[in-house]
Amino acid sequence: MLHLILFLGFGAACVAGAVNLLAQRHPINSALSLVVVMGALAGEYLLLGAEFVGAVQVIVYAGAIMVLFVFVIMLLNAGEEELTKGSRVALLFGVPGLVAGSLLVAWVLLHSNTGEVAVGALPGPPKAIARLLFHDFLLPFEVTSVLVLIAIIGAVVLAARPEPPQAKRES
Amino acid sequence: MNVTTFIIVSLVKTVLALVILLTAVAYSVWLERKVVGHIQNRWGPTRVGPFGLLQPLADGVKFIFKEDLTPPHVYKPLYIAAPMISLVFALTSIALIPVGNDVTIAGLRIPLQIADVNIGLLVILGVTSLGVYGVALSGWSSNSKYSLLGGLRASAQMVSYEIALGLSLVGVVVMAGSLSLRDIVDSQTGFFWIFIPKWNVFHGQIVGFFIYLIAAYAETNRVPFDLPEAETELVAGYHTEYSSMKFAMFFMAEYANMITVACLATLLFFGGWAGPVFGPPLLRAILPVLWFAVKVFLFIFVYIWVRGTLPRFRYDQLMAFGWRILLPLAIANLVFTALVVAMQWLVVSG
Repeated sequence: MLHLILFLGFGAACVAGAVNLLAQRHPINSALSLVVVMGALAGEYLLLGAEFVGAVQVIVYAGAIMVLFVFVIMLLNAGEEELTKGSRVALLFGVPGLVAGSLLVAWVLLHSNTGEVAVGALPGPPKAIARLLFHDFLLPFEVTSVLVLIAIIGAVVLAARPEPPQAKRES
Repeated sequence: MNVTTFIIVSLVKTVLALVILLTAVAYSVWLERKVVGHIQNRWGPTRVGPFGLLQPLADGVKFIFKEDLTPPHVYKPLYIAAPMISLVFALTSIALIPVGNDVTIAGLRIPLQIADVNIGLLVILGVTSLGVYGVALSGWSSNSKYSLLGGLRASAQMVSYEIALGLSLVGVVVMAGSLSLRDIVDSQTGFFWIFIPKWNVFHGQIVGFFIYLIAAYAETNRVPFDLPEAETELVAGYHTEYSSMKFAMFFMAEYANMITVACLATLLFFGGWAGPVFGPPLLRAILPVLWFAVKVFLFIFVYIWVRGTLPRFRYDQLMAFGWRILLPLAIANLVFTALVVAMQWLVVSG
């Protein structure tokens, strides 16, 4: 019972954070709402028995990636977003469309046969995850790390400062 | 024990831990002023109470009565929230730190730890990562160039050294086979080569210990890595525009982080509460806590000693050191430790 209440509470915090992300006009408030969403997700992971994933979510996502988001917003000195005039057509078709879309998704999810797994049935403690990661799924793990390395190299190449023209004239 | 007893015991432990931590924060400020004073051949506080021992009390009263001004140009919500974020996350880690073996009071077996989570080390790392927000947001919300630069530099430094910090701890985890702090301490009991205690610092993690120490100094923004808050550089960095209680919160957060780091170093590298235990049962219960406190005190003393002795790094030297020297060294330490444990050249637990 308490489990369900906590689960719904964290879920509500997650959704509220996400809606706030869209509703806020200043980007820093949106970024901080996203941090709240990450924290609520970490809570959800804990409630589902995946404590390692929950802790890593906080460390990596909320504690490093979102910090970099906040950095970018601070460095670019992004101001409040300007509100443009709304569009009547968007309101006329958008709101019923949104409601219909969410009802459709909810109906499909509730009536689909995704199967059930009990809380805690799948590996949660770090030892079990380590066994899966480094033993059963070693090749995907190594390939993913090479992929991340390629992304890092690409980012460094794209963000590198171009050579100053003087160096070329001297040679 | 049933739920009500557990809640009451946890509440008592929480209140006790917070009181002790905040007193320790106040008196480590006193210790710093005295020790740095003596290093610089002067007395430090001597007038308020014997040996200046009531100085923290006087400082507290001063902070309460000081004018708490909010400059008009700041972004108010984050300006007020940032010191609270810093302090909350600095005080949270104490919940996971065990200080001794289990004690038995009135038939109840009480662990001397508020939350014995089996991923305790990860939670402490997570809480430390979240503490960066207080610094970054305070720098930005103060709307002043010194604060912004100080805030950005401080948070960049903290994020960079967090990586080396985490990697140095993984060596310990590999040797102990668990992320739970209590298990890591338990794996360091006993002796090897007859008289050397099996603490991780002697038992193979000496390089890891020094990486941890250096990364921790950078993480807590202390000399020699205190460029973000050095007075001659950036006025006062991210807390320039803060006064009175909000400044006091940043101050307390910095010292609370120092104490957390010292506790972690004791638990992970120096065997936690291991030490000679003798005498009647009451003494047997108290002595481990005493040894733990002595070791933490020694760490804080070394922190303050380094502060009084070393010059500070320039920012580019600082970042180069963190990424180009400390990180490869931490990875090499991890690989070497993992190799030694896998080949079972060193007998470890787990």
